[in-house]
Amino acid sequence: MTAVARPEGRFLSDRSPVARSYRKFLGRSSILMLALIVISAYLLPLLYMVTTSLQQPGQSTTPGAPVWPAAAQTAEYEGGKFPVFAVPMPDGTTRQLVLVEPGRESSVFIDPQDATQARIEWQGRWRTLEQAWTFAPLIDNFTTAWDQLNFPRLLRNTFLIALLSTIGAVTSSILVAYGFARFRFRGKNALFVVLIATIILPFQVTLLPQYVMFTWLGWNGTWLPLIIPHCFANAYNVFLLRQYFLSIPRELDEAAMIDGAGPFQILRRIIVPQSIAAITAVALFHFFFAWNDFFVPLLYLASKPELQPLAIAIQQYNALYATQPTLIQASALMAMAVPVIVFLLAQRAFMRGVVVTGVEK
Amino acid sequence: MTATIEELEPTRPPARALALRPSVREALWGLVFIGPWVVGLLLFTAGPMIASLVMSLTDFNLVRPEATRFVGLDNYARLVSDPTIAQSLIATFKFALLAIPLTMAASLGFALLLNHPKLAFKGPLRALVYMPVMIPLVASTLVWLGFLNTETGWLNAMLGSLGLPQPDWINSETWVYPALSLIGLWGIGNFMLINIAGLQSVPTELYEAARMDGAGAWTQFRRITIPLMSPVLLYNLVIILIGTFQYFTQAFVITNGRGDPNNATLFMNLVLYREGFIFNHMGYASAIAWLLFVVVLVLTLLLFGFARRRVYYAGGER
Repeated sequence: MTAVARPEGRFLSDRSPVARSYRKFLGRSSILMLALIVISAYLLPLLYMVTTSLQQPGQSTTPGAPVWPAAAQTAEYEGGKFPVFAVPMPDGTTRQLVLVEPGRESSVFIDPQDATQARIEWQGRWRTLEQAWTFAPLIDNFTTAWDQLNFPRLLRNTFLIALLSTIGAVTSSILVAYGFARFRFRGKNALFVVLIATIILPFQVTLLPQYVMFTWLGWNGTWLPLIIPHCFANAYNVFLLRQYFLSIPRELDEAAMIDGAGPFQILRRIIVPQSIAAITAVALFHFFFAWNDFFVPLLYLASKPELQPLAIAIQQYNALYATQPTLIQASALMAMAVPVIVFLLAQRAFMRGVVVTGVEK
Repeated sequence: MTATIEELEPTRPPARALALRPSVREALWGLVFIGPWVVGLLLFTAGPMIASLVMSLTDFNLVRPEATRFVGLDNYARLVSDPTIAQSLIATFKFALLAIPLTMAASLGFALLLNHPKLAFKGPLRALVYMPVMIPLVASTLVWLGFLNTETGWLNAMLGSLGLPQPDWINSETWVYPALSLIGLWGIGNFMLINIAGLQSVPTELYEAARMDGAGAWTQFRRITIPLMSPVLLYNLVIILIGTFQYFTQAFVITNGRGDPNNATLFMNLVLYREGFIFNHMGYASAIAWLLFVVVLVLTLLLFGFARRRVYYAGGER
């Protein structure tokens, strides 16, 4: 308004410090609001899962039942249990009353708050009334699913398979990444290209001969096909670890070499301790890849319930109990609990690993 | 024989390995360390690939391997005439045409939102969007299956309360593809994070310069963000494409492997599973695997061919 004449007045008000900080706050909070709304919608099925897993069986198909876990409200009267309804009274209010004597055109209610238990005569058809519901989360779905699935056994199987295959995958990937990161030999670059190319190769083209091979070895119906193939390094892990190893100064290796350390000692004393972060990321990734894997266990363990991991058992459970969403959602929640909790605790390690493999390629 | 050994023995130094030239020794150590991968490559990738090519020329099955006959290209001829294969190719492409753009758009949209300079709590919010990637696919599919249920699911209840049509998501030949694409949205975490890293690598001076020239948000997005992000977007696209053609678990879970409704979810991988492991037609299933491989390869090469003209590499030609 003073020296420079701006064509638009908006710019002037922008310059006042109050308006600017207000706009800044509005900008910040509105973008946060937008993000929260979008993410809530994105994760809404999780709320559905939690809610359903706590519902009474059959609640979701009962007309008039609320979304939240609820039971039809009842009240004690003269030693019996009677249902509670929301009753519209002649004076226009609605009262929560206990139906003690249902009748065709008129029924008798009592007020549960009323100590004298005076009988209230109500004109109208009680069947048109709305049931009153109370919040009643049900833990039984979890205990039922836990027992029917033999959940402790599933957890043990899943954990052992994931752990053994992680040990194999991480150890072998460290060795191979070290070989690619620190040694010069002819054909290394070509081999590295082959390694990366295996990412694009669909696993289907090796699947059937592998299945035949494992069957002939007598490994079908055991954990070996789920563990052994991972003990020979895979491209993603090697790539991530090699990238990390390359960033460790070679002077450290050379100093150790002068002290008489061989390649294995350098790997153990220098490279591995320097790359704990990357190794943790690889181990976590692989562990939960193995935890969540479905296809390979389906091929080799479909008929071996005592050896099955979670993913297979949950799928078969759904095939049996698809009509009982409460049990299915409880089983899904139990299956995801461990990976989700570990992820939320170690999210930084996970998310950094993704970016390293994805971007630097 | 013995004479030769005695003759050689004294001339051989006691520790021969130590006497190798350093470069040779380095090469040997390198091969020792990458050895596990080379062995694995031969045992579990190269060997089986050759075996699968050979199998696809036979009528091999596991029950009677001794009766295997060489059938030439019969399996491939059958691929062409088998209506199930044509159906599953069409199903796979239909799904891919819907799911791939949706996944690309959602992962870029979330990246733009969660990389907004004014957004607070970026870390936790990104973790929340990433989190579903950690959920076992079977479990997340079961959650969505309940959420999309026609009678008891929440989505249709919400659509109904807004007066919108309530599709029968899973049991309709048309709506099952959008349903599976929605389920697939829970897998965007990796792509979102990669997009965020890509967004962060765009130099801010470019945006400043563009603003000086009077470019609006949309122009900046079109003319700066997208071109500079194109290598990252191409990488994501290739990975998503490969994933879509290997699609199995979610489709298997929603119909317990039947491929309902009316074979609409009988994607290529399900056909392969059925032929190879249920019907025990391993030769034919190997031919299906190779068809799948060729389709993915051709599409990837087409993408790279397209990329050569349209993708911008800041470091010059790669």
